[in-house]
Amino acid sequence: MHELSITQGILDVALAAAAEAGARRILAIDMVVGELTGFVDDSIRFYFEWFSRHTPAEGAELRIHRRPAQGLCGECGHVFAVTVPLLPGCPVCGSGLVRVSGGHELHIESIEIDDGNPGSQTDPQRQ
Amino acid sequence: MEIPVVKQILSANEQMAADNRRLLATHGVTALNIMAAPGAGKTSLILSTVAALGDGVRVGVIEGDVASRIDADTIAARGIPVVQINTGGNCHLEAWMVGSALPRLPLAELDLLFIENVGNLICPAAWDLGTAASVVVASVPEGHDKPYKYPGMFAAADVVLLNKADLLAYFDFDLAFFERGLRMVNPQAPLFVVSCRNGEGLEAWVAWLRSLRNGSQA
Repeated sequence: MHELSITQGILDVALAAAAEAGARRILAIDMVVGELTGFVDDSIRFYFEWFSRHTPAEGAELRIHRRPAQGLCGECGHVFAVTVPLLPGCPVCGSGLVRVSGGHELHIESIEIDDGNPGSQTDPQRQ
Repeated sequence: MEIPVVKQILSANEQMAADNRRLLATHGVTALNIMAAPGAGKTSLILSTVAALGDGVRVGVIEGDVASRIDADTIAARGIPVVQINTGGNCHLEAWMVGSALPRLPLAELDLLFIENVGNLICPAAWDLGTAASVVVASVPEGHDKPYKYPGMFAAADVVLLNKADLLAYFDFDLAFFERGLRMVNPQAPLFVVSCRNGEGLEAWVAWLRSLRNGSQA
């Protein structure tokens, strides 16, 4: 359910960036979502389709890049990708002395825009 | 054409949280964001804490609920200034909601402000409200696996309380397992095992609260 507010945030950030670049249309949005945030991709997509109607982001592709959290075993030093629910201990030695870091990411990395100039695909300059 | 953005999706919320933080600081109010599952004892904790703090500390409350003002009425019946926010189905409080509630409280006359978030162990963790500390309340009947299932919430905590400690004798609650899970995602938050029913453990929690208020917490 909290994907609703998140999706509004995604749209606000993307539309502001597109307006600043003078874009007519947003073709794709690349965003990063950490594993521990609890956000569900399908819900974000559902709300995005709904919210983006009649905006320059309508029909944009939402590319959600999931980032796992990282586990570090304090006993054997094993480093592993962490998903939810957490394991009760290290997957190698079983120790409960595990430290979990990362997985809280929630940001937009970039957007792909149609700037109305077909020859500008490789032009790094913003409009 | 691809353009880099690199912006937090909740940046608008973070700005409003910063506004709340400034306003609270202006009035010398220490605010706490109380988060827990429904029924963990958030309202009971607020009432027990106010009683344990005594008359020297002036407390206000913001009650966040999906609907109803049952909790707000309970608080108001004790003569505590309270503002109810009904989120209208939203599963968490956001900074703008708190921002709209703050002017309805006598901030100049408050020392502590408890903000009771919507009962939920997922969503509230992502929204900074502008508080001085995030308090996560778990309770014995919920089971000892909660830090493993909701790591994002326990990672966001500045302090964790395990409530309903009087029930430890009746539940298969493994306190060591609970604490191990908590420490995986949050090595530093103090853990207080309390019972709002019989007052057990509240003294240490209130001492922590006073030290937060005095700005001397570790």
